[in-house]
Amino acid sequence: MSAGAGIPVWRQIEAAPAPRAKREKLETLIVGGGPVGLTAALDLARKGRRVVLINKLDFITAGSKAICFSKRTLDVWTRLGVGDPMVEKGVVWNLGKVFRGDDSDPVYQFDLAPIKHQRRPAFINMQQYHVEEILLDALREMPNVDLRFGHECVGLKQNGECVEAIVRAEGGEYVVETDWLIACDGNKSPVREMMGLDFEGRVFEDNFLIADVKFNKERPVERWFWFDPPFNRGQSALLHKQPDDVWRLDFQLGWNIDREACVRTENVAPYVRGMLGEDVEFTPVWYSVYTFQCRRMARFVHGRVIFAGDSAHLVSPFGARGCNGGVADVDNLVWKLDLVLDGRAPASLLESYNYEAVVTADENILNSTRSTDFLTPKSETSRAFRDAVLELARDFPFARPFVNSGRLSVAVNYPDSPLNAPDEADAEWSGIAPGAPALDAPIRDGWLLDRLGDGFVVLTRGWRGAVEGARVVDVDELGDVEGLIEARYDLQPGGAYLLRPDQYVAGRWRKPNVDAVAAALARAKGRKP
Amino acid sequence: MSKLKTAPNIDKPDDIYEQLIRVHEGLSEADSRRLNAKLILLLINHIGDREVALEAIAVAGRGLAADG
Ligand SMILES: Cc1cc2nc3c(=O)[nH]c(=O)nc-3n(C[C@H](O)[C@H](O)[C@H](O)COP(=O)(O)OP(=O)(O)OC[C@H]3O[C@@H](n4cnc5c(N)ncnc54)[C@H](O)[C@@H]3O)c2cc1C
Repeated sequence: MSAGAGIPVWRQIEAAPAPRAKREKLETLIVGGGPVGLTAALDLARKGRRVVLINKLDFITAGSKAICFSKRTLDVWTRLGVGDPMVEKGVVWNLGKVFRGDDSDPVYQFDLAPIKHQRRPAFINMQQYHVEEILLDALREMPNVDLRFGHECVGLKQNGECVEAIVRAEGGEYVVETDWLIACDGNKSPVREMMGLDFEGRVFEDNFLIADVKFNKERPVERWFWFDPPFNRGQSALLHKQPDDVWRLDFQLGWNIDREACVRTENVAPYVRGMLGEDVEFTPVWYSVYTFQCRRMARFVHGRVIFAGDSAHLVSPFGARGCNGGVADVDNLVWKLDLVLDGRAPASLLESYNYEAVVTADENILNSTRSTDFLTPKSETSRAFRDAVLELARDFPFARPFVNSGRLSVAVNYPDSPLNAPDEADAEWSGIAPGAPALDAPIRDGWLLDRLGDGFVVLTRGWRGAVEGARVVDVDELGDVEGLIEARYDLQPGGAYLLRPDQYVAGRWRKPNVDAVAAALARAKGRKP
Repeated sequence: MSKLKTAPNIDKPDDIYEQLIRVHEGLSEADSRRLNAKLILLLINHIGDREVALEAIAVAGRGLAADG
């Protein structure tokens, strides 16, 4: 589809012509070039695989979508070589303030209080189109990547051997026969629809007006959230900074409204002035109204079709868990698919993607549903509790942690993943448990996470056992200059961690031996112990 | 084993009960609800024990079925 369909264009991408052959054979086809599909493509391509990505539109859309990207997402993008341009473009913030009614003092404030001394901040804000553009730029550098914008998947079927996708492009249709298809085709997922798959959950009866605007006043770079402010009585509102002097203003509207009327310039202006002051001079960037849902597919892996991102799960935006959750999916998926494609792991390893990505989606849905119930109470009693919390929060510190204006995305742990090796029977650990992501720490000339790379790693202090298929990284050689690796990992001389290619902990030992570590490695590759 | 105390545990129950009723006098339904909510939150925090709180929530909800 080309521009002109009512979708705002950020950047036109040259539409790729349909390939000459009417039929082609691939090992992986990625459907969808949003942030999730593009991240998957980059990860696969950096592992040396040939990647074909198709995207229906032949442009990057403007408009208002994700703006908040978490530290974990930045760590993934750093692993993929695009962390620096993201952070350079993004706005770093740490402080969130929550206001109530006419009170000009916050009832509650939180510092994202990132664990200090890590390379990446807790959060950055930037428009989703900047993210997509940075990912696209990186992909364009890679000879093994074939980006096909203006190509739409319009049909598909699979047997146990492969998936057959019908793709429509300018110049005609063609058939792709692919070993695996990754469906990153967004919340309306045509792939999901064509396969007739479920997408269960809750629809929330509420509307939110988003006004992305530029204005001429200095303001602190903080997330401000209001309950029942004078400029939006009985509802909530949110203000957040983006790059390029753009601010996001978000106003809860309620359910029975005229959505068309709400985005008219003359109707938005009073909200903007109410929030920012009568004298503010502002320019609209984009106005829209959104509603949201919390739902997911029962399974993300269906034969040779694998769902990731919004196609698989949807959350409310409060907590910034949509795109961040989608990046977590492909971070989890790609190394597994790579091993399976090479025959180094059984196809059943992908079942652990299903398990771990569902755990992630459930945690995100749980948190975002709780936030939504706080923002939009569903009964008189629910409202009474919400208002009670806000009232008490002003005077009593105990009530402040109950205030929920969105619990921001953090990495999800999989303590019960089948890929985790159990700790030694008698070992006492603080540190990072199997199924949790590695933490960063400064080393003599840089950062720990940068040295972990994207293969299996044995992180140790002086253990000399060699295990095929895992690279040894010795903390004592890196230089634990602040002592933070020892503190964060509880890693004593002679001990070892086994880290997965997505930098999650697979196992750890006080007294490692080659057999135990090799068994854990096999287990993390989906071979039954 | 149950951690929630369910045997009599407070002096002069009539006094407390009276205060509970009196503090609501003249309030609208909405304000009464909010008052009760504040009271519950204050007490839960004071008790400071998740298990006790969850048990009390379950006991209080016993026998009350959602309709529809
Ligand atoms: C107002 C708002 C604010 C948000 N804020 C945040 C936030 O702060 N942080 C956060 O993490 N998330 C946020 N989100 C959620 C975030 O935008 C989404 O989770 C994210 O876009 C999902 O990415 P995706 O790649 O899965 O899907 P999409 O971005 O929807 O991309 C899907 C792509 O697939 C293509 N496609 C569709 N059908 C086909 C087909 N048949 N063939 C080929 N291509 C196809 C589409 O053209 C599109 O490019 C927000 C969302 C909204 C609406």
